[in-house]
Amino acid sequence: MSSDVRELYQQVIVDHSKRPRNLRPLEGANRKVEGYNPLCGDKVTIYVKLENGVIADISFEGSGCAISTASASLLTESLKGKTLAEAEALFESFHNLLTGLEPADEAPKLGKLVVFSGVCDYPTRVKCATLAWHTLHAALSGEGEKVSTE
Amino acid sequence: MRSARAEIALAPDVRRVREDFPALRQTVHGHPLVYLDNAATTQKPQAVLDALMSFYTRDCANVHRGVHLLSERSTAAYEGARETVRRFLNAADTREIVFTRGATESINLVAQTYGRANLRAGDEILISGLEHHSNIVPWQMLAAEKGASLRVAPIDDRGDIVLEEYEKLLGPRTVMVALSHVSNALGTINPVRRMIEMAHRVGAVALIDGAQAVPHLKVDVRNLDCDFYAFSGHKVFGPTGIGALYGKARLLEAMPPWQGGGDMIRSVTFEKTTFNDPPYKFEAGTPHIAGAIGLGAAIDYVTGIGLEQIGVWERELLAYGAQELARVPGVRLIGTAREKAAVLSFVLEGVHAHDIATILDRQGIAIRAGHHCAQPVMERFGVAATSRASFAFYNTRLEIDALVEGLGQVKEIFE
Repeated sequence: MSSDVRELYQQVIVDHSKRPRNLRPLEGANRKVEGYNPLCGDKVTIYVKLENGVIADISFEGSGCAISTASASLLTESLKGKTLAEAEALFESFHNLLTGLEPADEAPKLGKLVVFSGVCDYPTRVKCATLAWHTLHAALSGEGEKVSTE
Repeated sequence: MRSARAEIALAPDVRRVREDFPALRQTVHGHPLVYLDNAATTQKPQAVLDALMSFYTRDCANVHRGVHLLSERSTAAYEGARETVRRFLNAADTREIVFTRGATESINLVAQTYGRANLRAGDEILISGLEHHSNIVPWQMLAAEKGASLRVAPIDDRGDIVLEEYEKLLGPRTVMVALSHVSNALGTINPVRRMIEMAHRVGAVALIDGAQAVPHLKVDVRNLDCDFYAFSGHKVFGPTGIGALYGKARLLEAMPPWQGGGDMIRSVTFEKTTFNDPPYKFEAGTPHIAGAIGLGAAIDYVTGIGLEQIGVWERELLAYGAQELARVPGVRLIGTAREKAAVLSFVLEGVHAHDIATILDRQGIAIRAGHHCAQPVMERFGVAATSRASFAFYNTRLEIDALVEGLGQVKEIFE
């Protein structure tokens, strides 16, 4: 086995890709945005129930590769109960992790999201890991109905 | 029919042939490169690299205008490449060979000149459900501009065009038929000779997208009786950015020019310009001279091996690959047409094509994952994407074994 490919497909990622959490439409959602990666055809819809600036509930629907599915799943797990500011800060930190700007051990606030640290060695897959996050960003900032990674 | 033994004796000596391709000698992520993405682009033999080098180190000058020696040399080499393409396609005359950037530009050229001049509101353009986006979008754009409609001949579950349906869709309003010779996503070889004949019966003009055919099959445009034939150089071991359009002389002569500029004119005043004859009428500006010369070298190389020999070996690879992939639990081949060129498109249950491609890449194996610029084909088979292994004559059975072994590792990660 090529040892390094396991660093991309860590057990948590494989698990979330096969058993995604919060994969459902969200009743009472007041934000909903679709994201699309034209490169691979990955699609994700993020639902957010925003109450007084706090993400009271969050879910997603969609289909895609393991990286994008696991990323959406872990996003929903990480953001429930977070404020808008906290969510944006987490996105920035996550993005820095994927692009190698922030080493995993310096990003304790990322929690489980550090399993994506391997992505920075796979530049073509960064978009897979960030699709859900870009979509969420659009949902929270109220930009349009659809976002694309292109 | 030759015996299997006699057939295989015709196959090229793959070990020797591989020596001609410098790119095949490298390692990727610590593994010897297994290049199975030939439908996307092919690697280049040394002869092509030498031709490019020789042009730029010795003969570099503009064509068709200089009186100096270098210009004479570059013009002779450029026009020599045109003759090579003519022979390759068995066209009647070099005036019927227009150099373009590739198959996509060739198709757009026909849509924007022949199409614009001949299509009227209510007319129909007929394509098939197998087409690459490059043989869909130019016609959609033209149809929208002219108020014409785009009709699509369906494909069956194997990936063959349903000929009865195709024939039914042909009618007095069909002005243009545009079909791929070989499908890039599935490898289906379409019976284009018959289909062109059917198109001609209703008075339609037929364009064949041969991008995926020329690396694998002997193409004879006079035997096919196609009106236009488009292909790309980089898919037949030549440089990127160069390709050709074959068009019947009487059609090219009657067509309006496309882009305006130098070389495509006979005389220019501010009041009036008279245009050059084909093919120059369609080659505005300084062409990709080095590319055309490189393409000529690539064609010489391929015909030196022989397309019949190439076909023998690739059929062998295809049969072996299909057999071996079928033995991997969870693998389903997409595209099982009766006649196929060297493409194996497949899905692996529970694993997305992109993850397969990433994991294989780390083992040095290059395949394509995605919709292959043929989203309607994916939709027809109800998949978002497939993994595609596509072969050239330099591939080996051992490389197919590496692919199958690689898929075992994919399954290990996702089990």
